[in-house]
Amino acid sequence: MRVKPHIEIMVGFLLLLSIVALSFLAFKVSGLKSYVNKPETYLVHAEFDDIGNLKERASIRLAGVRIGQVVKIHLNPETFRADVVMAIYRKNNLPIDSSLRILTEGLLGTNYLALTPGYSDQSLKEGARIEETHSAMILENLIGQLLYRFKDDDKKDQKKHSKIEHKVVIS
Amino acid sequence: MLDFVQMLGHNSLKFTRRLGGSFCFLCASLLRWPRWRRSFPLLIEQIYFIGVYSLLIIIISAAFIGMVLALQGHNTLEKFSASSQLGQLLALSVIRELGPVICALLFAGRAGSAIAAEIGLMQTTEQLASMEMMGVDPLWRIISPRFWAGFYVMPLLVLIFDMVAILGGYLISVDWLALDAGTFWSNMQSSVDFYTDVVNSVLKGLAFGFVVTWVSVYQGYYAPPNAEGISHATTRAVVYSSVFVLGLDLILTAVMLGGW
Repeated sequence: MRVKPHIEIMVGFLLLLSIVALSFLAFKVSGLKSYVNKPETYLVHAEFDDIGNLKERASIRLAGVRIGQVVKIHLNPETFRADVVMAIYRKNNLPIDSSLRILTEGLLGTNYLALTPGYSDQSLKEGARIEETHSAMILENLIGQLLYRFKDDDKKDQKKHSKIEHKVVIS
Repeated sequence: MLDFVQMLGHNSLKFTRRLGGSFCFLCASLLRWPRWRRSFPLLIEQIYFIGVYSLLIIIISAAFIGMVLALQGHNTLEKFSASSQLGQLLALSVIRELGPVICALLFAGRAGSAIAAEIGLMQTTEQLASMEMMGVDPLWRIISPRFWAGFYVMPLLVLIFDMVAILGGYLISVDWLALDAGTFWSNMQSSVDFYTDVVNSVLKGLAFGFVVTWVSVYQGYYAPPNAEGISHATTRAVVYSSVFVLGLDLILTAVMLGGW
């Protein structure tokens, strides 16, 4: 039994269209191209007191330019700090005394790592450890500190007032 | 009181028998030695009738759904001045949920009802019985190609739906709402993962295609042989497969998100 040619053509067309859709979803929508021509990277470690909402695959930026991504995050069982493993593109030579901060894109955006270069002549190598890190700004903690400061100010004000009153009374 | 208990028992027995019957029917139509040379043309023909005919409605509704989603999402996200996240909202909701589910509902309405009506009419006019008389197994000749075609076509349709819906949303958000195309795509790429989102979308499509064609073929094959029976069979094919798709979607989503 032969199938009519136009049926075969349309079925082939359907198949082609779905292959186009799959490659569109893979490369344009989910950004799979980073797996295809994977840039050469080297791994660097850093320990943070608190990583906030930092996730794996978060980007690492220097002056706003993406220079790598977070590969793995786990807890160091000895120091109880978060050990972050990063893959940095090999073309970037970074000083060994660079420092890292965790920042947020916009008010509600995702977290990323901002790298501030240091002044050393030696550069970071495979498996190196970045010592200077600043933990994430956590909004609740910031608000807590602010409130604490306000309370302190209030108390000082009250003390000042009472001292003045005392003075007035004494004089 | 006793009547009520008897009714309960009667209905549950009937339900169990039908469940077992449909499973045996499924096994009988699928578990057979494939005869590639002879069954492949039948499969191609069914892919044409089931898949290519559904393509137009899938593409049109995907474009409209993507556009509406972009407008609605922009309207809400703008209140939080987060309209740059529109690409992420659009892609995740289309790929994870709307793509497979709406595709399956449209597929049930377009192809499932046609399958049920066709097989029901064949059963009514005793074409299947006469085929058996001629020594051709109707399960192999009629049921099996339809089943495999639905199973095979559904993931392809889901992929096309996803693409068209995202392109429709892109059209609205970049050309009409004047969002930046670069942030639109880059936010989308940073949030959509190929393995957990796109592959799961295709897996959902496979599962839904399986359910929709199984229900439609079963309803058509066991339709009472009269005009009323066929009309009931088509209605039931659409209603049951829609309900099963939505229920199965809950289970699959729980498994995929919760990582059971």
